[in-house]
Amino acid sequence: MTPLLDIRDWRLAFDGFEGRAQVLDGINLTVMPGETIGIVGETGCGKSVLARSVARLVDMPPGRILGGSIHFDGQDVMAMNGAALARLRGHGIAMIFQDPMTYLNPVFSIGAQMVDVIRAHDRASGQRPRNSAAARKKAADLLGSMRLPEPAGMLDRYPHELSGGMRQRVLIAMALIGTPRLLIADEPTTALDVTIQAQVLRLIAELVAMHALTLMLISHDLGVIGALCRRVVVMYAGTIVEDGEATTVFANPRHPYTRGLLAAVPDLEKPQHRAQPIPGQIPNLLSPPSGCRFHPRCALAVEQCTRDKPVMRDVAGRSVACHLAEHA
Amino acid sequence: MTALLQVTGLTKQFPLKGGRVARAVDGVDLTLDAGEALGLVGESGCGKSTVARLVLRLIPPSGGSIRFAGQEISALGDTALRPLRRGMQIIFQNPHAALNPRRTVFQSVAEPLVVQRVASGAALRSRVGALLTEVGLPETFLWRYPHELSGGQKQRVCIARALALAPKLVVLDEPTSALDVSVQAQILEFLRELRMRQQLAYLFISHNLAVVRQVCDRVGVMYLSRIVEEGPVEAIFAAPRHPYTRALLAAILPPRPGVLPAETLAGDVPNAAAIPAGCRFAPRCPRRMPICTIDDPGLKRVAGGSPHSVACWGSFSD
Repeated sequence: MTPLLDIRDWRLAFDGFEGRAQVLDGINLTVMPGETIGIVGETGCGKSVLARSVARLVDMPPGRILGGSIHFDGQDVMAMNGAALARLRGHGIAMIFQDPMTYLNPVFSIGAQMVDVIRAHDRASGQRPRNSAAARKKAADLLGSMRLPEPAGMLDRYPHELSGGMRQRVLIAMALIGTPRLLIADEPTTALDVTIQAQVLRLIAELVAMHALTLMLISHDLGVIGALCRRVVVMYAGTIVEDGEATTVFANPRHPYTRGLLAAVPDLEKPQHRAQPIPGQIPNLLSPPSGCRFHPRCALAVEQCTRDKPVMRDVAGRSVACHLAEHA
Repeated sequence: MTALLQVTGLTKQFPLKGGRVARAVDGVDLTLDAGEALGLVGESGCGKSTVARLVLRLIPPSGGSIRFAGQEISALGDTALRPLRRGMQIIFQNPHAALNPRRTVFQSVAEPLVVQRVASGAALRSRVGALLTEVGLPETFLWRYPHELSGGQKQRVCIARALALAPKLVVLDEPTSALDVSVQAQILEFLRELRMRQQLAYLFISHNLAVVRQVCDRVGVMYLSRIVEEGPVEAIFAAPRHPYTRALLAAILPPRPGVLPAETLAGDVPNAAAIPAGCRFAPRCPRRMPICTIDDPGLKRVAGGSPHSVACWGSFSD
């Protein structure tokens, strides 16, 4: 089976006034159709830039590709022309983001925005765009399948009249218009309250199952990743440090950073356990640490860690980039 | 002993277009003793931050009483409030926005000492240096600007500034929500220690129950402008009485795979301009009874030893 997504040695930098920040440093990631994969890491680890790279949404400049390749369904994403890219975005890959208000136009009704997208997809797939009555019907059906109340009435409302949870449902509906194969969700519930987050996560889980979607979920929250993903990829400072089945990685993390991340989350079911901080802070990628990028914060680091960049290798049923993974 | 902070019947209404009013705070009572930490949790728009701003008298209340260190402050003017402000400080959610980007750390931390004429010259310099040490930052940071600091370091600077006047009450409004988890854990641990060392009272505002549990002795759960359950942290977590508290707890995701959160509540929080009659939670409540849509239950003490109160008809009859 061909992988749906195949990222090889992807290296991306941003050029700024203060120099060049290498934000992705040799990312290797293969995603098979139907996988649910969660990418977790803290601010600046490169998880969102990685997701945007896949849909070729990183502006160049200031972005600069230093090497590597991204293939979607066997096709080289970086070599695509305008028409192929238009098909990729929407039909191949759809994205939803953290702040739904930013991605809806405040001066057009929900219906007008959805009709535009439905007709644009008709054109991109080479058909005559359907008339607006048919497009509105389709839009209302989609909103209904997002379990939004009174979908037909919703079409005439404006983004500011909706709650955050409703807006995110509208964006999910729009993302599914082009029947994408890969859904990239970048912190889709971070701006929502917990009870609303529970509703939206359940909806995403249902849609993924119903449409046999491949899901790439970006989050800083291990709980959100655990809820939706069978596979988890942990990123730190522009590198992947651990990649494996969520059950394996959560139960028995092998990278010291993964372990630190899990221990830093307050866990209600273990009240006696207090959240443990990871000492130090996230490195500045203008001058990343030598060797393993985590070594300045790692309690286990030895001399080799300051010198050699660890490569991903299979240890205890998952991949991990740590010189000491066997001993951890 | 009188409480450090005693709030009774606090209300705040904001006028809206068309003569309507948003009842942002709608009858809140709370007590905070010296050295105690009270958490106030709830979802966006429940009024928890408005309570914080009222308690500090950053905005005037529409009604009710606020007693701070025995003195009624709900109607005091700015001049009368100024000396009292030494005793009460606030730390905000976003340390990136809470520091003036054109001021050095020294200038920011020194400002309250200058405004209150506590210290100047060499005494000011050494006091500010000591404050930085207190929050775990090296003195070399004195001459840095905010853009040279990380989020966690900026939050420590904000804490140093809040501590400058040796307050008795510190209001923390989502102090770690803008920080990454590894840094959040550092700040939470630091806030715990700091309270023990300095006998501070905290009013800790958060949407995150797990965070509140780490820092607080007691917790109040707010829903739609009022406290619906209040009690010792352990009692609330072990045996939540209010269906809303239960729903909030059930929606929290443990850091474990394969746990999809229960969809305990349908719909959204109603608007503070249209608070439902009877129990304000009734329209979303899975255990609604006929009385709930007619009569407001009011916060009542749960039978038994612990000082645990709940506003729910269903839990009174349990």
